[in-house]
Amino acid sequence: MGNDEPIRVVLAKIGLDGHDRGIKVVARILRDGGMEVIYLGLRQTADMIVAAVEQEDADAVGVSLHNGGHLTLAPRLVQALRDAGMETPVVVGGIIPDDDVQPLHDNGVAVVLGPGASADEVVASVRQAVLTSRT
Amino acid sequence: MRSTDELKCLFDEAIAGHRRSLGRLLTVVERGGQAAAAVNDMAHAVGGNGHVIGITGAPGSGKSTVTGQMLRLLVAAGAKPAVLAVDPSSPLTGGAILGDRLRMDDGPDSFIRSMATRGQSGGLAVAVPAAVRLFDACGYNPIIIETVGVGQVEVDITGAADTCLVVVAPGWGDAVQANKAGLLEVADVFVVNKSDTPGAKDVRRDLEFMLDLGHVSGHEVRRGSRPNIVNTIGISGVGIDEVLAEAAKHLERLASDGQLADRRKRRIAIEIRSHLQQQLAETVDALIEGPVGGAHIDQVANGSMRPSEAVQALYSGLDDGGCL
Repeated sequence: MGNDEPIRVVLAKIGLDGHDRGIKVVARILRDGGMEVIYLGLRQTADMIVAAVEQEDADAVGVSLHNGGHLTLAPRLVQALRDAGMETPVVVGGIIPDDDVQPLHDNGVAVVLGPGASADEVVASVRQAVLTSRT
Repeated sequence: MRSTDELKCLFDEAIAGHRRSLGRLLTVVERGGQAAAAVNDMAHAVGGNGHVIGITGAPGSGKSTVTGQMLRLLVAAGAKPAVLAVDPSSPLTGGAILGDRLRMDDGPDSFIRSMATRGQSGGLAVAVPAAVRLFDACGYNPIIIETVGVGQVEVDITGAADTCLVVVAPGWGDAVQANKAGLLEVADVFVVNKSDTPGAKDVRRDLEFMLDLGHVSGHEVRRGSRPNIVNTIGISGVGIDEVLAEAAKHLERLASDGQLADRRKRRIAIEIRSHLQQQLAETVDALIEGPVGGAHIDQVANGSMRPSEAVQALYSGLDDGGCL
């Protein structure tokens, strides 16, 4: 896999959560970072995201949660991807309490980005997660 | 690069219905090069006879919503449709936001792939036909190519579909816009979307007016017949069944009067021409950046050679090298 090809990222709001301002900003940041962002929109299930990742051959998945459901939904997404035979790294953003970051990592989430993350951090961490998953 | 055996293995899996493998192969054809050519040849050997439908129109006219509704009806009718949704890349960063899937319902019987335009070098004109051929070999039918009607390459590849739908919506302009060249000339069926909003009647009238003039200017000669106009409300699905019926009718007509084969040959011509242009461009770049090109550039710069002489000498060099 050549490293000069644009990184393809699927972004989605998972579960019942309409706060999509943040993820749209992230979409724009990743686009400006030279990535191809496939945005799935609101109310996505883990299975819907897996189907999109398969069809789009995405290098990474980003989900945003502002409703407190991250400890349930993010691990479910990671598991659904692994069950489908994909090692695609999962990036979680949104309102994630500090105490929940480690449990998310323990459940296979590659990166957790909070509201304070800078644009450079967002791009660099997604890129790093993709490069790590490729090796 | 993946080995040929690996590609063959992925291809066999894709043909057998493995969606992940098809997704990977689409990435391969999108990247171009020898691996893409190998996959394209494999798909060509398998063949297919899917109805290729192009759908284009101005940003915001409702292409993706209409496409999403078409998918829903097609799947309900037992078809296995595929969508190739093309969105522009940023010329500055190379990034893109591909938001077409957002408006389409996904399911196990359809396959949606987003593709960014990635630069202006004609890569799209090579990647799209290969992706369509791949879908065709995997039994998808119809195969819908959705593009923003901006840029010659996009208009060319959409216009070269078996059937080209052009989506227009109120607020896109008046009769003068309708008469400007480009997008509208490639339509086989017009879709007037957002028909429940003010101005829809005017859009339809302007289109009819433009098509009436087509008797004189030859739209019907170029596209074979006067395009029908269908009113739709994409968001609620009104009129979508009629769009599909018109598309099917158009295909039938093409098949019965022998034009279908012509259109498909034209698509192949566009594809092969783009491949050749890409290869020639690489050869020319190498020549210009190499010592021979540099020497000619120096001579033109110091006045000892005319620009036209340099061009002629370099062109002959290409010829001698067996490149032409």
